[in-house]
Amino acid sequence: MAGKPKLHYTKGRGKMESIRWLLAAAGVEFEEQFVETKEDLEKLRKDGHLLFQQVPMVEIDGMKMVQTRAILSYIAGKYNLYGKDLKDRALIDMYVEGTTDLMGMIMYLAFQPPDAKEKNLALIIERATTRYFPVYEKVLKDHGQEFLVGNHVSWADVHLLEAILMAEECKPDILSPFPQLKAFKGRISNIPTIKKFLQPGSQRKPPADDKFIAEVKKIFNI
Amino acid sequence: MTGIPKLCYFNGRGKMESIRWLLAAAGVEFQEEFLETREQFEKLLQDGALLFQQVPLVEIDGMKMVQTRAILSYLAAKYNLYGKDLKERALIDMYVEGTTDLMGLILMCPFLSSEEKEKQHTVIIQKATNRYFPVYEKVLKDHRQNFLVGNQFSWADVHLLEAILMVEEKNSSVLSEFPQLQAFKARISNIPTIKKFLEPGSQRKPVPDDKYVETVRRVLQMYF
Repeated sequence: MAGKPKLHYTKGRGKMESIRWLLAAAGVEFEEQFVETKEDLEKLRKDGHLLFQQVPMVEIDGMKMVQTRAILSYIAGKYNLYGKDLKDRALIDMYVEGTTDLMGMIMYLAFQPPDAKEKNLALIIERATTRYFPVYEKVLKDHGQEFLVGNHVSWADVHLLEAILMAEECKPDILSPFPQLKAFKGRISNIPTIKKFLQPGSQRKPPADDKFIAEVKKIFNI
Repeated sequence: MTGIPKLCYFNGRGKMESIRWLLAAAGVEFQEEFLETREQFEKLLQDGALLFQQVPLVEIDGMKMVQTRAILSYLAAKYNLYGKDLKERALIDMYVEGTTDLMGLILMCPFLSSEEKEKQHTVIIQKATNRYFPVYEKVLKDHRQNFLVGNQFSWADVHLLEAILMVEEKNSSVLSEFPQLQAFKARISNIPTIKKFLEPGSQRKPVPDDKYVETVRRVLQMYF
């Protein structure tokens, strides 16, 4: 009998955060083992626990899963957050790829040199408001339902909420042109498992600060 | 009744090539519309055909699908190339993400300066031989089956073959330390649908050249 999923990553958001969100949304308890030094990472590699020498790694159901998207797809499939059929899944996958691209830009912002940061922040805000948010706004407006796909909560909703909150950290009023998304944010934040995850003391991680960035650079040699 | 899938992209590999491979492997006929001018791209944008203003775009089963991974996952599932259960799908997804990362390194090559290109080539060969190929070599050695997952042909096999051939184009002896992969390459290349795709005259695209780079930059107005 496998125990709780166990997450291996640094003690910060990075690529693991979406996985924490999805497990939390599904009401699944999980443990975390933090990679704090280069030696921690080397040990995981030497012990053969990292298929491609990289984290995130999640121990779940007897597997040592790596590759963020593979892990997320597995969790979504396992906990019924992947729609009811192939077409629902296609929509969920498309929407999640969009929010992944947006959150990817925000994630890398913290690692940029100061002169590039300002330009990239402006690009993030532009992309969020002209490429990504209008899509989800329209989806919700067109079908008038509470959730993005199939009138049922899915991975796409969790991922979009995560992206919205990250974008708001870049620009607090970024949702002002998007009434559907504002309502969506309110609704999804109120789902009990998500509400719990948003409270202090949960396993949700804070935005990266300079100290954390310095540590990460040391661990991964970047 | 929807017709055959229609691919919209540049007349070259890029991110669409894995989709061409998978459709071909599944024995599915497809049409292609090639982007050659900025005006064509702007029309697609204006018509609202591109969900996130990007290609690849694949019109299939009444949907205008975008996002390479979403398209590939849909095709894999539709044509039974995604394993028989959630755990097999997990393995396939992990393996495909690895080959995606490896091919991603190669994808950007045509857009680099000569100096950057040379550096990148070294990185590609190093990552292929130290990080990626050993994984698939071991998988095949450990279970001794013909295919990567579940003793059955899957998306993971198609994607790995594509990656092997792409890396070999950079260094033809890259498989010399990987006997399992050599045998795998021959086996998968001999699957009739794949054999056909590897023959001249198929919809497989050639190694990108300067004309391709110029077309992409012109159509996307991205000068990287």
